[in-house]
Amino acid sequence: MNRKPCAVPRNNRRLIGAVLALACGAAGADTVYVTLEKDDAIAVVDGATGTHTRSAKIGKRPRGIVLAKDGKSLYVAASDSNTIQVIEADTLKVAGTLPSGEDPETFAMDPDGKFLYVSNEDDNRVTVIDIAYAKAVKEIPVGVEPEGIAVSPDGQWVVSTSETTNMAHWIDRAKLEVVDNTLVDPRPRAAAFTADGRQLWVSSEIAGTVTVIDTETRQPLKTIPFKIAGVTQEKVQPVGIRIDPERRYAYVALGPANRVAVIDAQKLEVKDYLLVGQRVWNLEFSPDFKRLYTTNGLSNDLSIVDLGSHKVTKSVAVGTHPWGVAVRP
Amino acid sequence: MLRSGIAALALLQADGAEAAKRPSPLPRQTQAPAATPRAVDLLTLAYLGQPAEVAVVPPYFDPVVTDRGIQGARLGLADDNTTGRFTRQEFAIAETLLAPGDDAEAAFKRLVAEGRRFILADLKPELLQRLSALPQARDVLLLDVSSRDDALRGETCAPNVLHLLPSRAMRADALSQYLAKKKWTRWFLALGPAPEDRLFAEALKRSAKRFGMKIVAEKTWQHSFDDRRTPESEVPVFTQGGDYDVVLVADEAGLFGDILSYRTWLPRPVAGTQGLAASSWHHTLESWGAIQLQNRFREQAGRRMTEVDYGAWLAVRAIGEAATRTRSLEFDAIRAYMLGDNFALAGFKGVPLSFRRWDGQLRQPVLLAQERSLVAVAPVEGFAHPKNELDSLGYDEPETLCRTKK
Repeated sequence: MNRKPCAVPRNNRRLIGAVLALACGAAGADTVYVTLEKDDAIAVVDGATGTHTRSAKIGKRPRGIVLAKDGKSLYVAASDSNTIQVIEADTLKVAGTLPSGEDPETFAMDPDGKFLYVSNEDDNRVTVIDIAYAKAVKEIPVGVEPEGIAVSPDGQWVVSTSETTNMAHWIDRAKLEVVDNTLVDPRPRAAAFTADGRQLWVSSEIAGTVTVIDTETRQPLKTIPFKIAGVTQEKVQPVGIRIDPERRYAYVALGPANRVAVIDAQKLEVKDYLLVGQRVWNLEFSPDFKRLYTTNGLSNDLSIVDLGSHKVTKSVAVGTHPWGVAVRP
Repeated sequence: MLRSGIAALALLQADGAEAAKRPSPLPRQTQAPAATPRAVDLLTLAYLGQPAEVAVVPPYFDPVVTDRGIQGARLGLADDNTTGRFTRQEFAIAETLLAPGDDAEAAFKRLVAEGRRFILADLKPELLQRLSALPQARDVLLLDVSSRDDALRGETCAPNVLHLLPSRAMRADALSQYLAKKKWTRWFLALGPAPEDRLFAEALKRSAKRFGMKIVAEKTWQHSFDDRRTPESEVPVFTQGGDYDVVLVADEAGLFGDILSYRTWLPRPVAGTQGLAASSWHHTLESWGAIQLQNRFREQAGRRMTEVDYGAWLAVRAIGEAATRTRSLEFDAIRAYMLGDNFALAGFKGVPLSFRRWDGQLRQPVLLAQERSLVAVAPVEGFAHPKNELDSLGYDEPETLCRTKK
């Protein structure tokens, strides 16, 4: 991987260059890729320094984004081009396309990196794509307006949430059919498994809650509400979820409340709310889990949260309507 | 499902004289496709439609909608049945679409006799009120998908009726909130000759008082067939009467409201039923996933979703949502859940919708839009309410004139 070291302002380079390079190495340098829904483009940010390094035009209305297992390419849902584009992570050139079905928005990859599971909102289906053969191998009927999608770490489950049916559909990955359903609060948006695979977290945009579901029983364990002083309840619209590998903290993007909730992932209680940019929807960790990146659709920036102190350290202007985010080590 | 839709369409197009001779049509049942081999429970809803005849012929460039409402109900039914595949619940709808002059009371009684208890109604307010008071209606829930009448939700309210679309009072308050924010507080009130226009003008006056607006002039548009009356000559004269910030127009039929803009005596904007208009649903709404509903509707119906379609979609979805949550297709369980505190319907307007216990009105945001641009969504920021900001629109609990709780 020919990654550049941390960028250093030219006039300071001689003075602190060596120190910074070390520090950056220690903090874990990374490259952050952000899809820009209204620019038809992808932006690249250096995670360690928080600088926007470049942008490139890609397909129309890019939203969901996932890094390939080998780290060499990115898969991006170009919603208005009705395709998933394969983009070279180094050059940002479009290397190919995958047949996604109409209007792809979000998708997830299996643990082996061989298949993608795509939500097709308009026709109530999940499309399974074989990446190597660039072929749709199955369409699975789910509820009305499938949105969030997640694959369990052990590869047993694919979960699809449907926004109007208000369910998490449990798809058996071996059979590729729905075998169970969990009713959740209205308008479920995102789904995320804990690293041990024992819990599934689902955010409900309209209800303003997150439901934590036990994977074994597929029954809800707890519904977590959010209350922020000075913010009306209607503005609390949870979307993106990230849970750290030790399940100490979970982070939930609260949309137009402009905050990320910090949740004690053991007690399932909210610890804090971090003020980020406007209409925050999606989140991603840095590879060393020391930083969290948030895409803020209406303020056109990316917020960087330091996870040691739970403080927002920087906001980086990236382009119009940042939507999805993926990080490469 | 499609075939019966076409039959319904043909019925509505039949002309009035012919319709009067024909006996009222038998209800047809739209069966949901059996999607699962397991045993499922079936709930059959009913749709009773007899829209008022149009008073003003729409301009040629507007599509002629002959299947308003029922298309929304069908889409809601498809959504409910997609969910029902996973809950082993199946929904169907018995469609009764009447022509003007058909006996709606007989059709209603027949639906009840056939065991229909959830009945969607696209009926004139006085007819809806009459049906709701029949002994046959006692164990029925009527879901009013089209009216905006305040009296139906107030003085003449009935315990067995829910209203899906915003009342005139809610629409007027939505306008007031936005105009208050703009500080356009001096109003010229222009109303049409129809009784409905008088009702909306009353709602605007009530709202003006609530939000501290001043009505500097009030005039009624007189309709005549005099060729010498042209918009160019009439409107400037009609809109003279003191200084005002905005013209508020009450013209629900679309008789004259559209000719006011750019012709007023003073250079002022127009709001109300034309210009900046208050509605429950509008084709410019894309946010909160609304674009998905707009697209699904267009694909099914081949046209834009009207307010009445949205009202019917909401009604069917409300029943479906309550059936999912209660895991029941029993009338009492569904009705109780719909009216309970936990009911939260996602209606693509960013906030959960629920029914006001005091008058059966669905609390919801009201859109303020012009033809090609969504201007604002009420409640407008800054208009607080101790319980639910949505209750800053229309008759709140202490003000209600409805004496029969739902």
